[in-house]
Amino acid sequence: MNRSIVRAVDWQFWISIPFLIILPFLTPYQAIATNILIVGLFATGFNILLGYTGQLSFGHASFYGLGAYTAGLLIVRLHAPLGIALLAAVVAATIAGLVIGYLSLRRSDVYFSLLTLAFSQIFYFLAFQLRSLTGGDDGLRGIPVFKPFGIDLGKPLGMYYLAFIFFIVMSYLARVILRSPLGKAMRAVKENEDRAIACGFNTQRIKLVSFVISGIYGGLAGFLYCIHLRHVPVDLFHWGMNGEVIFVCIVGGVGTFFGPIVGAIAFLLIHDYLQVIFTRWELVVGLILILFILFFNQGIVGAIENQIALYREKKAFRSQRSVVGGS
Amino acid sequence: MGERPGWVSLPSHEGEVIHISVHAFLLQAFIGLSLGSIYVMMASGLSLIFGLMRVVNFAHGSFYMLGAYTLVYLISLIGNFWICLIVSPILIGILGILIEVGGIRPLYGTEEFNPLLLTLGLNYVFVDIIRILFGLGGVGSSIPKELNGMVNLGFMMFPKYRFFMILVGAAVVFLIWLFINRTNIGLVVRAGTKDNEMVQMLGINVRLVWTLVFGLGIALAALSGALIAPITGTIPEMGMFMVIEAFVVVVIGGMGSFAGSIVAGVLVGEVIAITNLFYPQAGTVAIFILMAIILLTTKAGLFGEG
Repeated sequence: MNRSIVRAVDWQFWISIPFLIILPFLTPYQAIATNILIVGLFATGFNILLGYTGQLSFGHASFYGLGAYTAGLLIVRLHAPLGIALLAAVVAATIAGLVIGYLSLRRSDVYFSLLTLAFSQIFYFLAFQLRSLTGGDDGLRGIPVFKPFGIDLGKPLGMYYLAFIFFIVMSYLARVILRSPLGKAMRAVKENEDRAIACGFNTQRIKLVSFVISGIYGGLAGFLYCIHLRHVPVDLFHWGMNGEVIFVCIVGGVGTFFGPIVGAIAFLLIHDYLQVIFTRWELVVGLILILFILFFNQGIVGAIENQIALYREKKAFRSQRSVVGGS
Repeated sequence: MGERPGWVSLPSHEGEVIHISVHAFLLQAFIGLSLGSIYVMMASGLSLIFGLMRVVNFAHGSFYMLGAYTLVYLISLIGNFWICLIVSPILIGILGILIEVGGIRPLYGTEEFNPLLLTLGLNYVFVDIIRILFGLGGVGSSIPKELNGMVNLGFMMFPKYRFFMILVGAAVVFLIWLFINRTNIGLVVRAGTKDNEMVQMLGINVRLVWTLVFGLGIALAALSGALIAPITGTIPEMGMFMVIEAFVVVVIGGMGSFAGSIVAGVLVGEVIAITNLFYPQAGTVAIFILMAIILLTTKAGLFGEG
């Protein structure tokens, strides 16, 4: 089981690099590829918590919004350089992750989900009400175009490859985390928390670490959103954003390494194509979510993984038989 | 400014002191009670469903919205408010039963958050279907003329319709109490909330009771929506805020506890109404803070076990 997960993480990570390098040339326009990476990064973090630790947070919008607002506010109000904004977004997400995680994880299951939701609603309210600071429901505007290391982020490809670097680094980090003893402990919590406690794990701390890590991914995604769209809408804190990241993970495949990015591609392409022909794309999103939950629980990547595992088994069985038959 | 008899003085969020007459305060407290009766009905449905089958019904708000729209639509067809107020919850309750049988039943025994995610998907679907059928904007509705005007409570005048809402809330609470404590099905519900496996072991068809309770919970949500529609009108997104607030009520009261839903429903209605007096925008965030405090200081809400 563990070995197969490690192997799946491995090949999926190495495949993702060449695939993502050519992604902007495959999408209808290049900016959407950047959106895919941003949502994919957010979902990769979310997947560490949901897919590998088994905790359903309904308030990850907090981190997404916090990363975007922290970076945006520093840039717009204090004219901070990009590096400081990035650092601040990560620090804000870490602190929020520690506080929200510490408080919410004192309760399990549903209570945990609803507590995280409550926190994201509080953030939504604050961003909405502190109009003079955040721009209220108009969102935060006036973020300039940055040119770090000579890369023009105003150009779609420049922005894409910056996001690509972030994505690959964070994706590699996720690979390291999932292969580490910590990653194994996370999966132990997911499989059976009581057993993990009995084995002497401090499951509370494992869940908190997982929560903070996934929050940092959310914060980074928020930061990228802020410099990509140069606008921070209050919707980032909206609970619908939690629904979006859940959709991405479910469709891509919960607990699969490549799932979040596949889910993000599916989500943004559905969003983009449908919006042109049919304004009520949420209906389609809802139906797809229902269909996946009912009939296609492993998601796209999960189904592929299963097929590969099946094929390997068959092959092993066949080779075994041929050995027996030959002798 | 000195103290005036009949007025209360309280600090506002901006630091200065605002003076509010006792009368305005009482009026708001009663409005809180009418709001509370909606929360009580929403929360007892959610809580019954969760207590029995461990399903977090995220679509509860969209059933509330569907109840409101069904009422408004039926009134435009039939014209009689009273018939529509009864028919709308029944129709939506049947829809709830169909969804339980077709969608949620296959998910029992799989990952525990699957039903939640399914109902999240349903939520998107219902809201968008209503947008397609009735348009993005809201549909207005009016208070039936029998309930228009004011009622004299002895110490103050109070809107008749709001008073009616309080009465309906009280009646529903009484009926649910009868159902849970005085009927055979109620016995199964109580036993199932405590220990599902044991009840199944005794050879009782729990699945049927589950379906029934799911339908009942959904009908309660539809009744809440139908009841509030004449005051607020309807918009497709009306359930989105409601479901989150109803969750807050359930969590404060304790998931699965009926008494908890009643106490917390009234409490949350009052907190929102009273906050509205001083700082109208903070009403909803006040209840989240309340919820966070209660969850962190008690084990599982006010009346919850474990």
